[in-house]
Amino acid sequence: MRFSLSRFPMLRLWWKRAWRFRSAGLGFSLAYGLVFALSATLFLTFLWWHTIGALEREVGQAVDADAHGLAERWMQGGLPSLQRAIQDRLDQDVEDQDLYLLITPGGKRLAGNMPAWPEAVQRADRFYTLKISRAGNTATAALHAYILPDGLQLLVGRDIRGRDILRRVLTETFLWSWLMVTALAVGGAWVVRGIFKRILSSIARTTTALATGDMRQRMPLVGNDVDLVAHSINRMLDRISRLMEGVKQVSNSIAHDLRTPITRARNRLEDAALHARTTEEMHEAIFRAVADLDHVTSVFDALMRIAQIEAGARRAAFETTDLIRPLHDIAELYEATAEEAGLQIALDLPPRLRFHGDSRLIQQAVANMIDNAIKFSPAGTTVTLRASVSGALVRISVTDEGPGMSEDDLMRASERFFRADQARNTPGAGLGLSLVQAVAQLHGGSLSLEPLQRGLRVVLSLPVEEPASA
Amino acid sequence: MRILLVEDDPTVRSFIVKGLKETGHLVEEADNGKDGLFLAVSENFDIMILDRMLPGGIDGLRILETLRAQNNATPVLLLSALADVDERVAGLKAGGDDYMTKPFAFSELLARVEALARRGSAEQAPQTKLVVADLEMDLLSRTVKRGEEKIDLQPREFRLLEFLMRHAGQVVTRTMLLERVWDYHFDPQTNVIDVHVSRLRQKVDKPFETALIHTIRNAGYILRAN
Repeated sequence: MRFSLSRFPMLRLWWKRAWRFRSAGLGFSLAYGLVFALSATLFLTFLWWHTIGALEREVGQAVDADAHGLAERWMQGGLPSLQRAIQDRLDQDVEDQDLYLLITPGGKRLAGNMPAWPEAVQRADRFYTLKISRAGNTATAALHAYILPDGLQLLVGRDIRGRDILRRVLTETFLWSWLMVTALAVGGAWVVRGIFKRILSSIARTTTALATGDMRQRMPLVGNDVDLVAHSINRMLDRISRLMEGVKQVSNSIAHDLRTPITRARNRLEDAALHARTTEEMHEAIFRAVADLDHVTSVFDALMRIAQIEAGARRAAFETTDLIRPLHDIAELYEATAEEAGLQIALDLPPRLRFHGDSRLIQQAVANMIDNAIKFSPAGTTVTLRASVSGALVRISVTDEGPGMSEDDLMRASERFFRADQARNTPGAGLGLSLVQAVAQLHGGSLSLEPLQRGLRVVLSLPVEEPASA
Repeated sequence: MRILLVEDDPTVRSFIVKGLKETGHLVEEADNGKDGLFLAVSENFDIMILDRMLPGGIDGLRILETLRAQNNATPVLLLSALADVDERVAGLKAGGDDYMTKPFAFSELLARVEALARRGSAEQAPQTKLVVADLEMDLLSRTVKRGEEKIDLQPREFRLLEFLMRHAGQVVTRTMLLERVWDYHFDPQTNVIDVHVSRLRQKVDKPFETALIHTIRNAGYILRAN
């Protein structure tokens, strides 16, 4: 019959409950402790067997060699020689460890220091470990019997009390070591589990807070290599919240700023349907509604484009190029418009400007910057497009001599749909600088607005080289 | 011209068909990819207008790829609600000749369709001289004359006029000019193109009796003799 948990509901319940709380930390530390304890056990056992075994082997070999020596003496000089040899060895045995007994087949004791042949020793092909009493006290001995060719029986042995003591000491030592090692393993496992738990719970705390909607939470940095994970989680979170913010802004914008022109178009059409008296009036209303809708489309396109740039999908188009030509071209595109408005576009560009990124996006961003400058400059002034490299940064700036911006407006300038009060009457949707901002961020750079004594300088700072983290 | 239109939205389809028929074109229509593909491979057209996303498993790109695989070089204009630059690149890579995103103005569509049809003949043949009425452009010496009078143009103005002359008698839209003369694919918000055209007019039309460059309301510009 196979063992199955399903037969034991209580057991199953316990099992489930026990495993519901299993954690990676617990598992890891259990494994750690188990491996540690197991290897310690193996190591100590091996050591124990090896030491004790060597001692035993040594005794066996010594006894064997002894017996061989005695047998040789007997072969050379017969019984008297053997008896003498035994007596010699006993005399030389200062430690009183050697045991000898020589008896006739009839049982008569001929030589040796043992009182009588032990009952237990029956065979001559193995060692016996016995307790024997000798000279008033008992001792443990390892004994081996040999039968000499004419029936004499020789018993050679060693008192192994010393070895026994050693064995006991060793066993005790090993046992204690094992206990200590196991305790260390358990303690270590506990510590490991604690560390694990701390790391995991700090991640869990952060992610839980995020899951419940608090997007500002970040992983704390503790100064060890867990920071690697924390860093990448934090970067991921930054990105997620930026994207979420983007989505939120876009949907807010759609709700607020697209409704207006749509409403206008709708009202125009409805008004024409109800009140238009002539075909011309009707046509006029329809054309104006179409223009309103075109405006909606262009706002929508701009929003989508910003969202796309912010999502970072355009990084695939990055390459190392010279920016001078694109900057010249874009200035040329706006030159006519500027002239029309009584403005001059002045260029201050280096001969070469190496740069890694999407030059088309840079063009678009600069186009928006120039466009803004032209819109807000009074006639007779100059708009300056300047580019320079300082250190690892490319600075592209557009300076105008217009009214500038107030402190509060500067803060909000790159928000989507933000338009300063004095800009209400100019065309545009308030998305120009949002796009510039998005382009700057995509390239790992930044957008800054610097109020001047007269006018405003919009600066796009971009890293020359590919950012290492991108 | 004989034009094939494959578009699934009935409103958009009838809008385009009506417009094209009014301007004197013959239009065959299909409302799904399968019928569209069948018509495209079995009959001859001067131009095809394909919507990218179509019901029935075969989309505009598939039709286009199939055609190009059969060495059918009919000019194709792709219509799509996908406005991404990458989508546009994908469409042109598959063999599309032009790409328009929805929503669009009919005048834009018509201008592009006619430009595409023209491309087959006029633009491909190597020309050294463009002539419209008394306006002459020498492409080798890069000089422009009107009547006997020489007109000095900046390089960009020269390219703008060249484009208008190559499409003489045809409406060109602001977007087309921005794309073909300046090679920009973004909306510059303000009227930059209008200003460039008006500067060109100052040089080409103003000193003379008759104007050649005309503004078409809600559409773009046209360069023509009368």
